[in-house]
Amino acid sequence: MKIVVCIKQVPDTTEIKINPVTGTLIRDGVPSIMNPDDKGGLELALELKDKYGAHVTVITMGPPQAELILREAYAMGADRAILLTSRAFGGADTLATSHTIAAALKNLEYDLIITGRQAIDGDTAQVGPQIAEHLGLPQVSYVAGFDVKDGKYIVKKETEDGYQMLEVSSPALMTVLASGYKARYMNVAGIVDAYDREIDIWGDDKVDLPAEKLGLKGSPTRVNKAFTKGIKAAGEVHEVDPEQAVNLIVSKLKEKFII
Amino acid sequence: MNKADYKHVYVFIEQREGKIQPVALELLGKARDLADVLGEKVVAIFPGHNIKDQANDLIAYGADDVIVIDSPELEDYITEQYAQAVYQLVIAFRPSIVLFGATTIGRDLAPRLSARLETGLTADCTKLEISEDTKELMMTRPAFGGNLMATIMCTQHRPQMSTVRPGVMQKREKDASRKGTIIPFEPKFDKSKFAVKLLETVKADKGKIDITEAKILVSGGRGVGCKENFAKLEALAQQIGGEVSSSRAMVDAGVMPHDRQVGQTGKTVRPDLYLACGISGAIQHLAGMEESELIIAINKDKFAPIFQVADLGIVGDANKIVPMLTERLAKEMKR
Repeated sequence: MKIVVCIKQVPDTTEIKINPVTGTLIRDGVPSIMNPDDKGGLELALELKDKYGAHVTVITMGPPQAELILREAYAMGADRAILLTSRAFGGADTLATSHTIAAALKNLEYDLIITGRQAIDGDTAQVGPQIAEHLGLPQVSYVAGFDVKDGKYIVKKETEDGYQMLEVSSPALMTVLASGYKARYMNVAGIVDAYDREIDIWGDDKVDLPAEKLGLKGSPTRVNKAFTKGIKAAGEVHEVDPEQAVNLIVSKLKEKFII
Repeated sequence: MNKADYKHVYVFIEQREGKIQPVALELLGKARDLADVLGEKVVAIFPGHNIKDQANDLIAYGADDVIVIDSPELEDYITEQYAQAVYQLVIAFRPSIVLFGATTIGRDLAPRLSARLETGLTADCTKLEISEDTKELMMTRPAFGGNLMATIMCTQHRPQMSTVRPGVMQKREKDASRKGTIIPFEPKFDKSKFAVKLLETVKADKGKIDITEAKILVSGGRGVGCKENFAKLEALAQQIGGEVSSSRAMVDAGVMPHDRQVGQTGKTVRPDLYLACGISGAIQHLAGMEESELIIAINKDKFAPIFQVADLGIVGDANKIVPMLTERLAKEMKR
């Protein structure tokens, strides 16, 4: 069984704060991490490696420093790592990104492609299904359970009010939830080893697409403007004993006709 | 592509087990606003099986035309079946705009379609407007975990597509006197592409409620801490006719189920009253509740960011105040 896991390096958005005076994002010192859902996806792949001896390749599209998360993936147990990097890929929206990654994946053999459900910097959840479409693969998103039975994939898809069990033929693409797969820690020997391992660097020569499908040119959507939300005028804040607190709340509820 | 060939605002009507989902009606309400600005029609895309009878409801909620795609293949949502049906409809009817609910169905289908149609898609929009000068769709959404808002446009491709989270837009009053046209559409399915089979659908909990529908939410965070203290919130919610919701911390800790989570990775809510108990108010949480009509926050830390969005802030221990408030309200509401 050959598995390819698509991972992304993202800023840890829980660490981003807004400067209360200027209203701008403070990005300095925000750590870069492997996107949590992607890490869950890698965990699924490594569990399949433990169980069935699957071969696990990780691939990331990004700047050269994205190599760090590939090292992390090695230390967790991945077998091969590929960094897909070129200036031509810059400025890509989800459609251009998915075209680029799908074209790169055509160089590889796979029975299963895994992506995270969504990345915490964009939260779109679009690239996985778009890759599946370009490669003509069936997809299941929001995956929280997975096994193989008689050559078919048995997949648990989380929904708003429960879950569905689906049977999927191979090859296929899954977008995985971090909550479904608690990622293992890097092992110590693996960490040492990870820095000696080869990382394949792939450029735009590995992506057989016309230039107008790549990067900003290949992106149908454009950011027209970006802004931080204005801070709403704060209401009254009271430091009072519980008794008075109850009085204040009750009169507010009456004033607003809640009670 | 000639943009002038693409007209009208289309809404993907999501149904589950034949029941139209609230987000579809919310989108019809928004589509009505957009179409009125453009001087165009609102068209509902209504796929499913044995659903025709409900087409008139969609007209009552703002649709001018309802295109019904009725097929046994569409009884349950499966990506490829739905993608084929809606793709063929888009090719045949050429919409200018197509809106989807940002649900586990809409967020699965819309990207698949955008790739098949080679057009742009903007996820999880919180605001949709028509630009005054060019009449293009302006789609505003949160990014960077809710830290940043971005307005996105798709000016060179059609249709312009977006998903919108449930609870963000508002549905119109039902108007049964509205008139509209119901149009049947029959796609040709390529069954050789059907590679996913639904084995079973499991509802996790019959007693589940949808917190986006609640008028009053009593919401707990780290400061509430444990299941026993959440029972106090439950008692207050019952007294005041609301439901209990939660911050992400309490979901990650396993105290509350994910469907009760408010925030960027949970649900967007806009109740009449949001009572935040022991919630510090990370930006991701605020993104999911700051549109609430009235926000009351109780938190021990007077510098907690939740107080920046609260109409009334109480510096104190929610675990002490909540039971007292429940008791007091029991007396007040008896009168």
